[in-house]
Amino acid sequence: MSQATLRVQKISGHAGSVPGEGTQRESTVCKLIDTTTCIGCKACEVACMEWNDLPFGQTVFDNTYQTMPDTRWNYWNLIKFNEHEREDGTLMWLMRKDQCMHCADPGCLAACPADGAIVQYTNGIVDFQQQNCIGCQYCVTGCPFNIPKFNQETKRVYKCTLCADRVSENLEPACIKACPTGCLHFGTKEDMSGLAETRARQLRDHSGFANADVYDPPGVGGTGVIYVLHDITKPEAYGGLPKNPHIPYSVRLWKGPLKWLGNLAMIGGLVGLFVHYLRYGPKSREEELERKHEGEQP
Amino acid sequence: MSTRGQILPDGRILRYNFVERATHWVSAFSYIYLLLTGLAFWSPWLYWLAILCGGPQISRILHPWAGLIFTVSIIYMYLLWAAHMHTTDTDKAWWRSLRHYVRNEDEQMPPAGRFNAGQKLLFWGFIVCGILLLLTGVILWFPEYIPWSLGFLRKLAILIHASAALLTIGLFMIHIYMSVFAERGAFSSAIRGDVSQEFARRYHPAWYQEMVGPAPPPRK
Repeated sequence: MSQATLRVQKISGHAGSVPGEGTQRESTVCKLIDTTTCIGCKACEVACMEWNDLPFGQTVFDNTYQTMPDTRWNYWNLIKFNEHEREDGTLMWLMRKDQCMHCADPGCLAACPADGAIVQYTNGIVDFQQQNCIGCQYCVTGCPFNIPKFNQETKRVYKCTLCADRVSENLEPACIKACPTGCLHFGTKEDMSGLAETRARQLRDHSGFANADVYDPPGVGGTGVIYVLHDITKPEAYGGLPKNPHIPYSVRLWKGPLKWLGNLAMIGGLVGLFVHYLRYGPKSREEELERKHEGEQP
Repeated sequence: MSTRGQILPDGRILRYNFVERATHWVSAFSYIYLLLTGLAFWSPWLYWLAILCGGPQISRILHPWAGLIFTVSIIYMYLLWAAHMHTTDTDKAWWRSLRHYVRNEDEQMPPAGRFNAGQKLLFWGFIVCGILLLLTGVILWFPEYIPWSLGFLRKLAILIHASAALLTIGLFMIHIYMSVFAERGAFSSAIRGDVSQEFARRYHPAWYQEMVGPAPPPRK
């Protein structure tokens, strides 16, 4: 939903300028998720449901602690539980809170044809405006993280808002507020990146996680949600976190070269046909054909 | 090859019977709705077209249904006309003489039958693109049933759907230009079904010969 104190810097399916672009001194906000200190308590899941007044759906038990296989239109925050076997054969939990990553370069927004259905505020939050959504689900194709979810009843798509309503009132998102271990942090992107780097260094130097590092994928311009992972070389192990996420090439091709080529061809075609008519005119005139025809009547 | 058509009492030639005309207009109106709503989703600069078509949400709901109507109509067209649309040697010669056709030098064109090579291209172009649009369109209609692991289907579908649609737009523009502006008499043949003998003789000489029988001595 649109927030009065938040200005918009990117609009989906929009022709012309964007009202909020470059008009606000606003820091990019960021959520930091330290997977190494997550205990899988799901307080964030509950807080998300509570704050956003999402209707309850059925959970799916699949012999893990995970609430359901994937996020849903009414379940925006889901901890993915993965039992991971270490090199020495011992087991460890990899628990990752999954939600919208709030990409700086959002694939959903790039793919969306509906004017104003997806916006990015000047603080970097990517938000769906359901009143403008047409339910085509191109955002699902544009998203590398499998986040936007379709509601069959309303025929519109929903996802995590990074609690834009709370953030616009200088509150932290509900999930952050609820986290008991301090594995979730919220602040400016700059601060969170610094904190994450420090934590990763700590893990590398003192906790024996030689590959610990920060997940802030450059393929989507960096994200508004960053992770500290025990092992940055295996993000897939954390419930399918893509290693190098980017806007799908087909979406880029479709919204880039194909669009220009198509527009050029359509306009060129119209101009070409018009010029042809000016130069050569009709092949004949019906009256002329009629006349000739009449003249031949016995 | 069978040649549909008959000479009417007033001397004009029936080129398209009622069923053919009705089929044509079902596909024409459904295509125009598909075109307007499709262009609205294609470019933000044309999004206003969706408002003309019932609003953006309604356009998204109706576009696939219009697609189904269009599909049915072109399948029926296939049944009606496919037999008349085989490529012949005359068609190959027609393409080689295309420059004369473009310059309106129709008397220098190889004698076309009921449909000339360009019309056959239009027909097959729409059939092939129609199949592609249908297959990809079904995916785009119900993307929520495509599992994430088969996401490549969605990714391919958006590209192929747009590309095939662009091809049909090219064909469509030429079709409108030829039938409304360039060949006077063609449009009324799609409405009333008949053409003048001169029209038939000029644009479809081989078909004309089949209709009227052996040529009388030239009168030029």
